Amino acid sequence: MTGQFGDLRELYQEVIFDHNRRPRNFGPLDAATHQADGHNPLCGDQLTVYARVTDGVVDEVSFIGHGCAISTASASLMTEAVKGMPVDEVEGLFRDMHAMLTESHPDRDLGKLEVLSGVREFPARVKCATLAWHTLHNAITQARETAKTE
Amino acid sequence: MSAAAPHRETNAAVAGHAADFPILGRQIHGRRLVYLDNGATTQKPEAVIQAEARYYRESNANIHRGVHWLSQHSTDLYDRSRERVRGFLNARHAAEIVFTRGTTEAINLVAASWGRNQLKAGDEILLSGMEHHSNIVPWQLVAEQTGAVIRVVPVTDDGELDMRAFEGLLNERTRFVGVCHVSNALGTVNPVADIVRMAHAVGAVVLIDGAQAVAHQAVDVQALGCDFYAFSGHKLYGPTGIGALYGRKELLDAMPPWQGGGDMIHTVSFERSTYAETPQKFEAGTPNIAGTIALDAAIAYVQGVGLDYIARHEGELVRYATEILAQIPGLRFIGQARERAGIVSFVVEGIHPHDLGTILDMEGVAIRAGHHCAMPLMTRFGLPGTARASFALYNTKEDVDALAAGLRKARRLFGMEHEA
Repeated sequence: MTGQFGDLRELYQEVIFDHNRRPRNFGPLDAATHQADGHNPLCGDQLTVYARVTDGVVDEVSFIGHGCAISTASASLMTEAVKGMPVDEVEGLFRDMHAMLTESHPDRDLGKLEVLSGVREFPARVKCATLAWHTLHNAITQARETAKTE
Repeated sequence: MSAAAPHRETNAAVAGHAADFPILGRQIHGRRLVYLDNGATTQKPEAVIQAEARYYRESNANIHRGVHWLSQHSTDLYDRSRERVRGFLNARHAAEIVFTRGTTEAINLVAASWGRNQLKAGDEILLSGMEHHSNIVPWQLVAEQTGAVIRVVPVTDDGELDMRAFEGLLNERTRFVGVCHVSNALGTVNPVADIVRMAHAVGAVVLIDGAQAVAHQAVDVQALGCDFYAFSGHKLYGPTGIGALYGRKELLDAMPPWQGGGDMIHTVSFERSTYAETPQKFEAGTPNIAGTIALDAAIAYVQGVGLDYIARHEGELVRYATEILAQIPGLRFIGQARERAGIVSFVVEGIHPHDLGTILDMEGVAIRAGHHCAMPLMTRFGLPGTARASFALYNTKEDVDALAAGLRKARRLFGMEHEA
């Protein structure tokens, strides 16, 4: 099964297709306390990330928008990972994800998010995977401007 | 047999031309390079690479400067290139050819020099809805400064200009019309001669963005009757950083300089400077001499192959691609204009163009995925972007087959197609 696709399977794992076809936490969040827009001008990917922060914890998070399989799956996986997480831990995860996607693997195991690590071998696609994370980071740190991966 | 024969014949002819391009011999991800991103930039034949190297090895000196032999020699080569471009576009005078960095700079030159000085509040700038950003943004800058208003000619569902709407938009306030000869996103060939005639009837000046046209069909600016025509060398098998603007001499003579510096002056004093004649007036500073000389070689190469042959060959590839790709389930062409040149733009249901680009790349197939610097046009079609295959004289039907095989592989990877 993986044979005919070679290195592509490193990038496009089944979990990514699953989240691309059925993105989790997809839709606006009426009760959001934080939100930000993200845009990748290179390929036109566009998304909005919503978060509700209660007592320092991200207890609700969702996103809307359109993009490639990598950016949609990354956003979907992100919402699953950070729901219920204290804001400072989300920031720590943002840094570790950024490291995993762009430089070298962080010390700790990132669980299901590891499926995105193949992106590092496809430099042109790194920005697709980081877009949602930059946007969430902007949302919870209250940055007003649109997040860009350019 | 009868169907197979012309196929072989075409490929045999192109195999010869492909051999002129050293890069086509290399592999990408272990596969033969199938280069279908010619709308972004074409590959360069050995003759062009050699011309640039030979200039630096044998002829390098600044132009219009010294009395020494090399300076005169490089000036002669530079001027020869201008004459080559004149002939290529069939302009009346070599002085009507201004060298620029490319199409973008050529349009900015017209916007800055003609636009800022000629347009005033309430004047109308008419642009087509399929323009590249380079023929939109310079006019927005001029509109902000002058109070002129930008109006847009709509695009039909087939990707053609709505000529009835164009006619309706023309009026006595229309001072400028900007339109691409060939759409970089859809391949649509616009009826530019009709557009020029209709625009001139209301007294408007017409600029044609020829970036996607000159490598695919013969262009005659006198026959078109246009006021300005811009193109880039790098989409014409030449180097990056060199292009040209054709402008009617009466217009260029009346336009003020847009950049000041050496080479564009007649005399300079701190009280007052006088400017050189057209076209030197618009070529301040030491130009891209090597690029200009290599552009001469690129045009000579294209003329040697023959634009009639190129147009026929690429037309055949577009027809073949349209036929082969139409068999892929979920594939939809964007832009089905009656007149198209060198480009097939499409989307595949359920697979984002960017994912297609990555999967094809792993097969050695280079295409463009995205908005093609034509975001208003993508918005018109309700798409974030398309996948675009764009052809050059060295492409073959095997290249189209590789593209189709890659697209089927993408569908299998995405779980949409199960046959081997």
